[in-house]
Amino acid sequence: MIWSTDTGVERFGTFQLAGEAEGQALAFSQPLSFWGGVDAETGDIIDHSHPGLGQNIAGKILVMPSGRGSSSSSSVLAEAIRKGTAPSGILLERPDPILAVGAIVAEFLYAIRMPVVVCDIAGVASGDRIAISLGVDGRSIVSIGRRPD
Amino acid sequence: MTLELTAEDRSMLDGEQGPSAAAAMKILVAFSNAVGAGSLLDIAGAHIDGCLYHGKAGLDFVERLVEGGGRVRVPTTLNVGSFDLIHPGMVKMPAAEEAPARRLMKAHLELGCQATFTCAPYQTRFRPGFGEQIAWGESNAIVFANSVIGARTNRYGDFIDLCCAMTARAPAWGLHLSENRRGRILFDLAVPEPEPSDSLFVGVGLFIGQASGDRIPVIAGLPQPRDEDQLKALGAAAATAGAVALFHAVGITPEAKTLDEAFQGHAPEASIRISRADIDQALARLSTVPDGAPLAAVSLGTPHFSHDEWMRLLPMVREIAPARRIPIYVNTGRATLTRLQEEGALAGMEGFGLIPVADTCTYVTSILERLDGVVMTNSGKWAHYAPGNIGVSVAFADMRDCIRSAAIGHVVRSAS
Repeated sequence: MIWSTDTGVERFGTFQLAGEAEGQALAFSQPLSFWGGVDAETGDIIDHSHPGLGQNIAGKILVMPSGRGSSSSSSVLAEAIRKGTAPSGILLERPDPILAVGAIVAEFLYAIRMPVVVCDIAGVASGDRIAISLGVDGRSIVSIGRRPD
Repeated sequence: MTLELTAEDRSMLDGEQGPSAAAAMKILVAFSNAVGAGSLLDIAGAHIDGCLYHGKAGLDFVERLVEGGGRVRVPTTLNVGSFDLIHPGMVKMPAAEEAPARRLMKAHLELGCQATFTCAPYQTRFRPGFGEQIAWGESNAIVFANSVIGARTNRYGDFIDLCCAMTARAPAWGLHLSENRRGRILFDLAVPEPEPSDSLFVGVGLFIGQASGDRIPVIAGLPQPRDEDQLKALGAAAATAGAVALFHAVGITPEAKTLDEAFQGHAPEASIRISRADIDQALARLSTVPDGAPLAAVSLGTPHFSHDEWMRLLPMVREIAPARRIPIYVNTGRATLTRLQEEGALAGMEGFGLIPVADTCTYVTSILERLDGVVMTNSGKWAHYAPGNIGVSVAFADMRDCIRSAAIGHVVRSAS
């Protein structure tokens, strides 16, 4: 698959945890709870009520409106980051305290920075090529490369 | 909104008070920004739900704080762990899992937390007072502190409860602030002259838990409870069936002397009647087996049994005198257990099958001898979680029916 950066767009966002990441978007209109929703051993989505059931989040840029559910999601995300089964980055429309805590704890413990960005996610589709980078004054730059039609 | 930090907050954040305080403050700041808090506030105590071993990251976090010389800055109680440290051998676990699970409990003590290991910290000497700001984890403890005591906490959980304890600060947001504690949805108990039975409180809790969503429920028409344990059961059930962190019961709980006070002068956004049939339905869903099913065990004390509950149970057990050696597990806090032992209250009780469990709970770890039969419980919370957690079948009933069933050997329930 070839992505053209010419057809892509750049958006600015704010970091909940700053870092750089690249990967293919895995986009959902429905929030995913890591606790009870993701197997930290494999990165598989295991929530039977979620449209992403059976897909794998490892190395992807997870895109969703918000986080959801129990505070135990912080532990599951931190554990997934430790095991290398986590997304390489997360884009959210609204800030999420639970995912932010999981990502910051993993950075603190394992020096792995999985950026969590709050930005406009409208139009981002699964398969888009996403790059998250550091902009001036601490903002994040999200580059979205479309698949050629 | 920009988060305002005090000089003391900044000093912690900048590492002037050690690497552990710095890490805790950094995480707390990120959390506070994410929830949109404008500042932090002082807390008087914390309760940490971090002692159940769920994986290496949880243990690594506490170990790192210990290595960095971290100490909690407020009186901090601990929730249950995976072990009964008072009764070695009670929990059956492979050695490879046992070592990190035990270490997790011990590492929390090295941070200066109190060895309470109870889900009912409100039964200990660390019980907060009305209006006190606290940062608590554990859903039943949160709803009890907010509703029954009138202390103030949000639903804190993984890592962040400990970060609050290590900094003595919490984000000034949510249920810490008076205006956010007003009732939003009215539940009218439409049961004429209801008996204050234990199961009524569990049933009401389950119902409001399912129907409240994220709105604070106000219950009108609830009979005066016999004791605070009935409100404990109501809150635990509500926090099990939903995400309730605070309920008001008009004429009963401290921020609801009147309906108007509970709603802080506003009108309810919605109003729902609870009928006897609603309660019966909610309770019926807790049982996965019919009457007459052979009984493997009884489990009481979720949340942990109070001293008052023991004082109701012990004469009942002596009177009914179950002789079949069907184990009657009773989860309780170690402080309560010590008091009972000092009083000599438990003498001769093992002959009736009574097995006290401390520091943990029968549905979070391997305690039950037999998982192939039916376990009877008076806890809505236990009945809800145990089938998924440990794979047992459950029958829910009042405490007396649980003990009668242990004597007869199969599930019996009175008509109520």
